[in-house]
Amino acid sequence: MMAGFILVCSVVLLLQFFVSYCRSLIAASAKQALSPEVRDVAGIPRAASGEDFVRVMQLLQLCPEPPEDRSSIQAIGAYFRLLSFLRGTLARMVPSMHAWTESERGHCAYFAAVALERRIAFSRGMLAQQMEN
Amino acid sequence: MLGPYEYAVWLICTLLEAAVLVCAAKKNALRRYLLLNAYMAVSVVVSIARYNILSHHGYSSNEYLYFYYYSDFLLTIALFFALTSLYSHIFAELEAGRYIRIGAVILLSGTALFSYAVVQQSSAKLVTHFVVELSQNLYFVGLVLTYVLWAAVLKLRETRARLIQLILSMGVYFSMFAANYALQNLYHNRVTLFAYLTPLLGCFLPLSWTYAFWRIPEDARLVPSRLAVVPR
Repeated sequence: MMAGFILVCSVVLLLQFFVSYCRSLIAASAKQALSPEVRDVAGIPRAASGEDFVRVMQLLQLCPEPPEDRSSIQAIGAYFRLLSFLRGTLARMVPSMHAWTESERGHCAYFAAVALERRIAFSRGMLAQQMEN
Repeated sequence: MLGPYEYAVWLICTLLEAAVLVCAAKKNALRRYLLLNAYMAVSVVVSIARYNILSHHGYSSNEYLYFYYYSDFLLTIALFFALTSLYSHIFAELEAGRYIRIGAVILLSGTALFSYAVVQQSSAKLVTHFVVELSQNLYFVGLVLTYVLWAAVLKLRETRARLIQLILSMGVYFSMFAANYALQNLYHNRVTLFAYLTPLLGCFLPLSWTYAFWRIPEDARLVPSRLAVVPR
């Protein structure tokens, strides 16, 4: 009985904290502008949409990753899957939720594009170091 | 017996804990978040000591078992005080540090009394069961306290991005562990699953703190009301 109560409370609060945590990660990247080059590579000419996320993630996996990037990208990946799940289930019945999940999925794609820009810069830095040596 | 997976997760987790200290030192945040960094330093020391005892006495030895649970108990208390230090950051302008410390000690004593009352009726190995019970209860108390702190962040319109990320990551960590312990109590027969899951969950906090110290500058700001699940 007690364990069940703790489990329900923990899962509800976990969802709340997880969503807020992911949004705080996204908010930090939302202020960074994407270079035209990365927009071109990622296929995001204007605003990012949820459909761009998978493509940008595939591009991300092609670049060497700085270790401190890993947790945030995994967290946003999990957040994106949660949003996609909501979009396919609850959002079908609640139109306002559909708009919200779509906007959040777009933010996730933008976050991934910013990470891609960072990784490209990181790869270039490594290449420049190798050339110097 | 521990397999390659457990050793790998253990090593990664310890390296990440050390990485938190390195990142905090590089970004001049060691003293500002002293108790958080102290918790990570103690975690690294405990991890090394556990490995030492494991390699000398073996996984199923009483020495390792006792050291594991007692050190876990100490780490949970250290994390509890690290959480209260975040309260001090949020309420710094109200000069409420003394009251927060007193409140934390009262809450810790209350949780200890409750845990003692629970194990007293049903346990032969009283002290060991008390230590395990108190650790589990402190995770839930920590979760509730983090939620109250998050509510205070929203109410007081705290904007420091790094502090907000540290609080939210602590909330995720406490809730994952509280849910994990509750599941373990409900499904005793799924021991293998929890043996895989629990160490992996432990990596979240050092990973998120490494990110917060390394990527988020101390002067970065964000609007907390935009992060809430229910818009305010």
